[in-house]
Amino acid sequence: MDLETLLSYEWSIMAPEFIILGVATALSLLDLFMPKAQSRKILGWIGFAGILAALVSLLGLVGHSTESILFDTFRLDSFAKAFKLLLLIGAAMVMLIAISYELNEGLEEFRGEFFYLFLAALLGAMMMSSSGDLITLFVGLELLSISSYILAGMRKRNLQSNESAMKYVINGGISTAITLFGMSYVYGLTGTTNLKTMAGFLTTVYDEQHIYLLGLAFFMIVVGLSFKLATAPFHMWAPDVYQGAPTPVTAFLSVISKTAGFALLVRILFSIFANTPSGDAEGMPMILTLQDYIAFLAGATMIIGNLIALRQRNIKRLFAYSSIAQAGYLLVVIATMSLFMFDALWFYLGAYLFMNLGAFAIIQHVTHKSGSEDISQFAGLYRRAPFLAIAMAVFLLSLAGIPGTAGFIGKLNIFMGALVPQEGHYVLVSIMIAATVVSYFYYFGVMVQMFFRPAADVGKIKVPAALTAVISISIAATILFGVVPNIAFDFLQGNFNQFTDFFQ
Amino acid sequence: MSFEYFLSLLVFSPLAGILVLSFLPKTQESLIKMVGFLATLPALILSLIAYFQYRAGASLESLSEKVSWIQFGYSEQLGNLFSIDYELGLDGFSLIMLVLTAVLSTLAAIASIHIKKEWKGYFMLFLLLEVGMLGVFAAENLILFFIFFEITLIPTFFLIGKWGYFEKEKAAYSFLIYNGLGSAVLLIVIMVLFARTGTSNIDALMAAMSADNPQLVAPITENMKMGMLIALLIAFGVKLPIFPLHSWMVRVHVQAPPSIVMLHAGVLLKIGAFGLIRFGMGIFPDQFQSLAVLLAVLGVVNLLYGAFLAFVQTDFKMVLAYSSISHMGIVLIGVGALNEAGIQGAIFQVVSHGLIAALLFFLVGVFYERVQTSNIQNLGGMAKGMPITAGFLLAGAMASLGLPGMSGFVSEFMAFLGLFKEMPVLAAVGTIGIIMTAVYLLRAVLGITYGQAHRDFAGVTDMKKFEFVPVLVLVGLIVLIGVYPSVLSEPLTSTLETIMLGIGG
Repeated sequence: MDLETLLSYEWSIMAPEFIILGVATALSLLDLFMPKAQSRKILGWIGFAGILAALVSLLGLVGHSTESILFDTFRLDSFAKAFKLLLLIGAAMVMLIAISYELNEGLEEFRGEFFYLFLAALLGAMMMSSSGDLITLFVGLELLSISSYILAGMRKRNLQSNESAMKYVINGGISTAITLFGMSYVYGLTGTTNLKTMAGFLTTVYDEQHIYLLGLAFFMIVVGLSFKLATAPFHMWAPDVYQGAPTPVTAFLSVISKTAGFALLVRILFSIFANTPSGDAEGMPMILTLQDYIAFLAGATMIIGNLIALRQRNIKRLFAYSSIAQAGYLLVVIATMSLFMFDALWFYLGAYLFMNLGAFAIIQHVTHKSGSEDISQFAGLYRRAPFLAIAMAVFLLSLAGIPGTAGFIGKLNIFMGALVPQEGHYVLVSIMIAATVVSYFYYFGVMVQMFFRPAADVGKIKVPAALTAVISISIAATILFGVVPNIAFDFLQGNFNQFTDFFQ
Repeated sequence: MSFEYFLSLLVFSPLAGILVLSFLPKTQESLIKMVGFLATLPALILSLIAYFQYRAGASLESLSEKVSWIQFGYSEQLGNLFSIDYELGLDGFSLIMLVLTAVLSTLAAIASIHIKKEWKGYFMLFLLLEVGMLGVFAAENLILFFIFFEITLIPTFFLIGKWGYFEKEKAAYSFLIYNGLGSAVLLIVIMVLFARTGTSNIDALMAAMSADNPQLVAPITENMKMGMLIALLIAFGVKLPIFPLHSWMVRVHVQAPPSIVMLHAGVLLKIGAFGLIRFGMGIFPDQFQSLAVLLAVLGVVNLLYGAFLAFVQTDFKMVLAYSSISHMGIVLIGVGALNEAGIQGAIFQVVSHGLIAALLFFLVGVFYERVQTSNIQNLGGMAKGMPITAGFLLAGAMASLGLPGMSGFVSEFMAFLGLFKEMPVLAAVGTIGIIMTAVYLLRAVLGITYGQAHRDFAGVTDMKKFEFVPVLVLVGLIVLIGVYPSVLSEPLTSTLETIMLGIGG
């Protein structure tokens, strides 16, 4: 590639990525040259400003036509824009949570790393949602993963944190290997890593053996990616890692990493397998014949997540299982593959972003104050900090899918998608609704602590401004999208035009 | 009735109270109680205006509101097919339920004077509960109905769990799980209907399901309809409650504070009956007919089971709880009869039992406040110490056992009249329940009011000024319906006609 072609690309569509990359680099340099004694908090604020700048530049690109550069490896389509929007909003909030994280357990010396690793991971996530090529997809995935491994182990003198990082690396390594193995089959059969070329080539496959191999690739990719989503069968790492990692990292893993994982899953499944024939008489595309397997994984994930969550006493473990269950609901969207898929996925991820990050902001503050992560730390929170208790109640109600909150509308949307097809997915919907009722037990268990139980410590709790901002934004969004969800739907319809350019 | 957002104002008026309360300091007990009480008045006044205007001949259609709300999955091919409107409206039946809700809410707010702690939180939840209850009856589409239905769930959970008696948390959980499951089943039915027909408007659904060649998004087979009706029966059966699904309700009646039980027994249980009649019978009329016998049998089972268990209870609250189950059997009997008299009887019973249960539980609250027990054996001789309370208790019991001249008589008479026409044998078995009702109620009430005084009533004051208001209002309404039933039957005429047309009777 010569300089001329390099310059001819429309680099401006990568502006958000460049901003994040630039800020991350600048932060690492600043951290290096700043005097040791100086507080690193300022780095967090610079990072936050960087994310906001990226967000603004992304909003400037919303009206931009679908474009791909660098030989189709980087795509800017509606899907990429919509998901990057979620990622950046989520990351900005995680940054605020991280800034308010009070230091202990040897984190003091590494606080700078904390902030720029977040940005590096975010960059990986953004690349994942924007890639048009297996290579860039994979590089994005690894950038996200490796940054997350380090982040999970940030509390270097804490045993649990070390354990969690270790488990995360090993599980992550295995699952990445499986994904890559699956991808290698697709590459081997098509001779290209470009998703678009691949899709065009795969429509002509008719050899039984090849179709069999593609099926194998499909399973490997789905199984491998289930690690990033924390869904069955690769969900086991989540509770340990969520518990051991510092709370902002847990928040990051449960929201950003999961959102990126879903972006990647959709990108691969629907680019590669939507056009591949399944080899049956009716000429159904492969993805439809394999729908049931995803449905099975979704059902298993919802059941496992919700049932095991019932037994948890540690609030971060509880939220780990809760987030496994929520990922199960999101898998239902993918399993049903309806007309509403992109809308439902995007809306639910958005709702999940706000309710989960809001909850984690509160969890961080409450558990850090007391030093224990047992749910009894929430006892009497209503007396000690009414605002926190009511905010937490809204987030829990939204996670439980109670009307009036964004979580309910999100679930409604998922049900619609599952029931509209001729052959409604009744079993899946029933499992989802039953699982939701089970989730009442543990979500309301936290409420019982907050509102019914007397507090052991009656001191008032003061909340730092940055956390208050995160909680207020989350609570406003959770209720706003629960009461007038059409704001979000109109935005989707107005700007992303049904995601029709996904397949172009 | 002239202005546009009459119903919205009615349904959401308690929110104003919540807003005011949130600015009050939480130590101002009497002020908070006053605001809580006042906040229930706008809904009461507005619903009475609607009722009297309707009696005077105004049409209820002018009250309907419709605002476009949510559009799911807009696309070029489908247009705005899956859209949910915010639509409120009333028919005769829902108007009556709305008035009942508003009246009982105001009275329960007065009864809340006995609440001992955290008045601010209590009244905020109380008013939210009222919004939910009002909304349930005013909703014109199933999704909106469901939303309001769930809104009643959360405040009730907290009201039971925080302000109840000894085993309150257990009762709150059991309430949440049973009702959560019930509404989960309900949600499946609603979503299937919505996904298949593209609308959730109740009238539109009725039309779509009865048409020969309806315009559907995806077909609905006869088996599916039957399945959905059975699911509805389970969902509303939990609420009503129907026999094997009732255990949560007994716990709630015993553990919740009396003011909440007034609303719970008076309104929340009635949502089950309302849903069964309005949606079950309205949307699936053909399938409903084939289930009629089952319903009547379940009704008789409920009636007898509740009556026999009420007979052996020693706690007066338990007696009343089982009595509620028994009386809900009469609703089922009326519905199962599937003729005009039966359905009218069922609706009458819904209203009548709402008033009677509220009266009895209010009285329980009154004497529990003074003697700290509701055990029949520990009471006894109340007529000496608290003659007025004891007198009203007897009046309530008489109304409950169906004394002519009171509302209970009218409803039981009509429900049984309906059933005797269709299934005389079953009805004959059911009449045992009526006798049992008299037996257990008299045993309990006489045990409390007369007999040997096990407790010194000296120093116990009788009812105070404000406590007379709910009692007199409730007794007045019970007698009014008893001697002049057309206050209920006239507004119901058109609703009944629609229903009868649907089931082809």
